[in-house]
Amino acid sequence: MWAFFHKLASPKGFYAFSARLSPWFWAAAAVLIGAGVVWGLAFAPADYQQGNSFRIIYVHVPAAFLAQSIFVAMALAGLVFMVWKIKLADMAATAMAPLGAGMTFVALLSGAVWGVPTWGTWWQWDARLTSMLILFFLYIGVIALRGAFDGRDSGSRAASVLTMVGVINIPIIKYSVEWWYTLHQPATFSITSRPAMPVEMWLPLLIMVLGFYSFFIAVTLTRTRSVILHRESAKRWVRELAGEDG
Amino acid sequence: MAFDSFAAFLAMGGHAAYVWPAYGATLLLLIGVVLHLRLERRRLWRELRRRARRERRQAGDANREVSS
Repeated sequence: MWAFFHKLASPKGFYAFSARLSPWFWAAAAVLIGAGVVWGLAFAPADYQQGNSFRIIYVHVPAAFLAQSIFVAMALAGLVFMVWKIKLADMAATAMAPLGAGMTFVALLSGAVWGVPTWGTWWQWDARLTSMLILFFLYIGVIALRGAFDGRDSGSRAASVLTMVGVINIPIIKYSVEWWYTLHQPATFSITSRPAMPVEMWLPLLIMVLGFYSFFIAVTLTRTRSVILHRESAKRWVRELAGEDG
Repeated sequence: MAFDSFAAFLAMGGHAAYVWPAYGATLLLLIGVVLHLRLERRRLWRELRRRARRERRQAGDANREVSS
């Protein structure tokens, strides 16, 4: 068991393992997101107050979930990298960052277009919206910082530290709707209580959320493989792999 | 089905200007990420193979020098 984890944490071991795992997540993402989009756009009932603009929830909420989850995942990876010096953790964090930035951007954009018919404004400098904007800048900062050093290790350490400090922003985003007066409504889903929506509204949302998480895992597995090959390109196993391939 | 016709579906009850851009941006991101992944991997492999070929060539040259 221990040997298995040890092998998995090595770039070479992960490279082989992830190849077998990633197709399942790609398939799950395609099926779930495909079904969720059709269900959310065409079959879920319109909201009695918001009408059809309510359908934006099916892309807005999953994107906002991922925006925050990816940052937490990067912070955990940063911690593993800094404490145990496991390079694979840093490679995974590198692979995740652009998707996190993209998801934050989509959450902000879909929220802005949703705000026009619902709140009468596309932007408000309130706690939820501002803390999400800060999250976007944190992603950009982490990506830029990693590339700003001559030595790869310095860049990785700086990016890890910024991620671990920046993760403080995540509980601020989560509780912003409770701590401050804000236009944004409180959480749609919670573990402790039933959703306030009827089943035919929240089921497609759940499917979309699961689909987005599958997509995130698939992208991370696949992109980490590229980062591994790139960083280990001087290693014997990668050179042999490239040689075999022609 | 929440709509009576395809036209009604496109019109989104007057909210087309908000619903479609939100979905469009999301799908653009998902597709863009997948295309970027493939492009990145293809570029990387091209570079790795180029390097492997060069190494093989150099090894071959070295062998010839030894044998001559």
